[in-house]
Amino acid sequence: MARAVTTRRKVITTAAAWAIGLLIFFPIYWTILTSFKTEAQAINDPPLFFFFDWTLENYAVVQERSDYMRFLWNSVIIAGGSTVLGILIAIPAAWSMAFVPSRRTKDILLWMLSTKMLPAVGVLYPISLIFVEFNLLDTRGGLIAVLMLINLPIIVWMLYTYFKEIPVDILEAARMDGAGLREEILYVLTPMAIPGIASTILLNFILAWNEAFWTLNLTAAQAAPLTAFIASYSSPEGLFFAKLSAASTMAIAPILILGWFSQKQLVRGLTFGAVK
Amino acid sequence: MGRIQLDQVKKTFGDVTVIPPLDLEIEDGEFVVFVGPSGCGKSTLLRLIAGLEDTTDGTIMIDDHDATRVPPAKRGLAMVFQSYALYPHMSVRKNIAFPLRMAKLDQAEIDRRVDGAADVLNLTDYLDRRPGQLSGGQRQRVAIGRAIVREPAAFLFDEPLSNLDAALRVGMRLEISELHKRLATTMIYVTHDQVEAMTMADKIVVLQAGVIEQVGSPLELYRRPRNTFVAGFIGSPKMNLIAGAEAAKHSAATIGVRPEHIEISETEGAWKGTVGVSEHLGSDTFFHVQCEASPEPLTVRATGEVSLSYGGEVHLTPRPEHIHRFDGQGLRID
Amino acid sequence: MATRHSRSAARLMLAPAVILLLGWMLVPLTMTLYFSFKRYLPMRGDSLERGLDWVGFENYARFLSSSSFWPSVQATLVIVGGVLVITVVLGVLLAMLLDQPFWGQGIVRILVIAPFFVMPTVSALVWKNMLMDPINGILAHLWRFFGAEPVSWLSDASVQSIILIVSWQWLPFATLILLTAIQSLDSEQLEAAEMDGANPLARFGFIVLPHLSRAITIVILIQTIFLLSIFAEIFVTTGGSFGTRTLTYLIFQRVIDSQNIGLGSAGGVYAIILANIVAIFLMRIVGKNLDR
Repeated sequence: MARAVTTRRKVITTAAAWAIGLLIFFPIYWTILTSFKTEAQAINDPPLFFFFDWTLENYAVVQERSDYMRFLWNSVIIAGGSTVLGILIAIPAAWSMAFVPSRRTKDILLWMLSTKMLPAVGVLYPISLIFVEFNLLDTRGGLIAVLMLINLPIIVWMLYTYFKEIPVDILEAARMDGAGLREEILYVLTPMAIPGIASTILLNFILAWNEAFWTLNLTAAQAAPLTAFIASYSSPEGLFFAKLSAASTMAIAPILILGWFSQKQLVRGLTFGAVK
Repeated sequence: MGRIQLDQVKKTFGDVTVIPPLDLEIEDGEFVVFVGPSGCGKSTLLRLIAGLEDTTDGTIMIDDHDATRVPPAKRGLAMVFQSYALYPHMSVRKNIAFPLRMAKLDQAEIDRRVDGAADVLNLTDYLDRRPGQLSGGQRQRVAIGRAIVREPAAFLFDEPLSNLDAALRVGMRLEISELHKRLATTMIYVTHDQVEAMTMADKIVVLQAGVIEQVGSPLELYRRPRNTFVAGFIGSPKMNLIAGAEAAKHSAATIGVRPEHIEISETEGAWKGTVGVSEHLGSDTFFHVQCEASPEPLTVRATGEVSLSYGGEVHLTPRPEHIHRFDGQGLRID
Repeated sequence: MATRHSRSAARLMLAPAVILLLGWMLVPLTMTLYFSFKRYLPMRGDSLERGLDWVGFENYARFLSSSSFWPSVQATLVIVGGVLVITVVLGVLLAMLLDQPFWGQGIVRILVIAPFFVMPTVSALVWKNMLMDPINGILAHLWRFFGAEPVSWLSDASVQSIILIVSWQWLPFATLILLTAIQSLDSEQLEAAEMDGANPLARFGFIVLPHLSRAITIVILIQTIFLLSIFAEIFVTTGGSFGTRTLTYLIFQRVIDSQNIGLGSAGGVYAIILANIVAIFLMRIVGKNLDR
């Protein structure tokens, strides 16, 4: 049982926690704020924290300069597609590792995770060659496949830990009740694991959304997602703080909003199911 | 129908033999209880019958068909798990209907059977709740309901009452017995509690280390335990087993006397001893008496309220017709 | 639980994931190995069609003897190690703070998680320009406010700056995992320790920290996986200059900028070996810790 805490202590904790929270959040806050300033106000000394003429002009300029919607759509398709595909492949794999473990199960899991440690640069050129060979360069399909593969170990791992929490009894009961493998997974396991699956989907969507090695190296104009959109502002001509801020805000806003709305599942997901 | 025959059924996990080759026949309509200490293989045996584990060797016949390779869903058996194994995301109604849905019955028939089962089990008011909102006893009933709607050839119960508190356990015990009388379907029931075995079974199978020690009706086991293990396991409190000189007087390696078959007297008797702890249950009083005849203290039951002071001298007399004799291997001598 | 039937079904269902990952690992790896033994400079007319010259271990020797190799290994280890230390230590402290009751827990938690959502390219750009720019960055303003000379972060303290940026990105992750772990600590254990006369520091050392060891392992494992391959943060901020050229970045430059595929591939093999050394250590620890 938690004991009663004195008000004084709670006040001190509150102050400390808020101070740290705001400090951590500051770069994002500052970016969003700056995106509503004019370029002159953006570099004003002293910095303007609230009282300035709010403007949407930067957003219009950014949109005009680069077709935001196309990048956004690519991001959605690539992150969403790779996550869904990954989940579909990972659910059966996680089922078999969680409920029919063998002596090699742990080795397979660790091996899968170890494939994530393969440095991407080490295989960048071969992958590009394969992409050229199969006409996958700058296609969403190619990126979906690659992002699915790099996140698959994490998806399998997370689902495995969630499935482990489900009592085997219940699956056996389903089997006794006449459910085949398909029904067992479809009607019993998946619905019971919905919270875990949701967290997995969310986290991997975010990981795929933010992935910035393959998305930068394997796309050009057609399939480029928001990571590439924003990377185009790293060149000196993008050094207009307000426009950079607007572009940054546009790149992170969708995921920030998604993340905040689904905070609870996400916190669960962030722990990779590994910590209870 | 629900006749189950095991012929030389064997189970090993790697190098470990859990069940050495074993034969057993279960007649249609029988209430059979597998009883034994934990780890004796009774649950494994049940799971072999259910088809949740493969047999390493031997055959399992259900209603004269070889079911050894038949998947659990096709064996026509229903199982009630220790944890109840209810589907937490489904309402009670959906839980009970699940096996019927899997069997692709039409909705009207499903509803009819679910309502029927709910009626029998007093679950009608709870059909729309989730398992999480039910008490332990109610969950137990749902698990049973899910089993009976299938009208299976036999019911398998895996320690179904061990998660209930003592009072509820007695009630559910009666309900399951009642259900058996009404349905007259074969039931196989696994428990480590010999009281459950004695009160419910038509036939008890006592297991130890995967080996069947004895099969028989509760009273047979009580009256004529085949060996010292069964003698010690069946009956509460346990039978007193005495080895050594006292046993030799009866030309046996070990003799056994149940606590209720010993007379206790303050003045005279066969064995002199000192009173240890007394347990007063109201209807009976149990004494733990240290005597010369046995290195272990003996348990003695006296009917009603009897008071003997701690450390006092008493005399015990076993009733000669109730002395069980066992040989050096622990087997009964008749 | 396992019957022959379910075991064969299990193998079948595990197969797609295993085969895909095996292919994903082996095919490019084989190609990288192949190129690493070849002279392959597409800009100078080498091409796959005309066949490549076998050069044995020349690429390996050149990559190893290049003046940028050891600094790049060092930079990699310093950055990964620095970020791990910072995020774990601050993560534990922050988690313990957030575990205390205070007003607005939900909102503060949102604020703390937020950096995790920010894509690496954005956070690198924002830190580089909005915060660390020596003229207009907010830190420069702050320094000037206190009468100090603004720092050119990304050139004068480049490695530290990268560590700072990456730590900012990963602190939320560490904090959340550790917070979840702390919340799962049985408070009766702490009360028992208090009854036994343990002061707060002893309670932290003997109860809280051991309880967190598993969570810390997970944090270190997962972060290492991601940190070994950080790319965008360096790509956007320093472009690998000022001592921030990690192994990853060095290979990237060999392959993409100088278009020396053979040399880059040899570097890739080194990177893979380095990653595997780290992986073996980690897997040992994790394997042990997961059994508990």
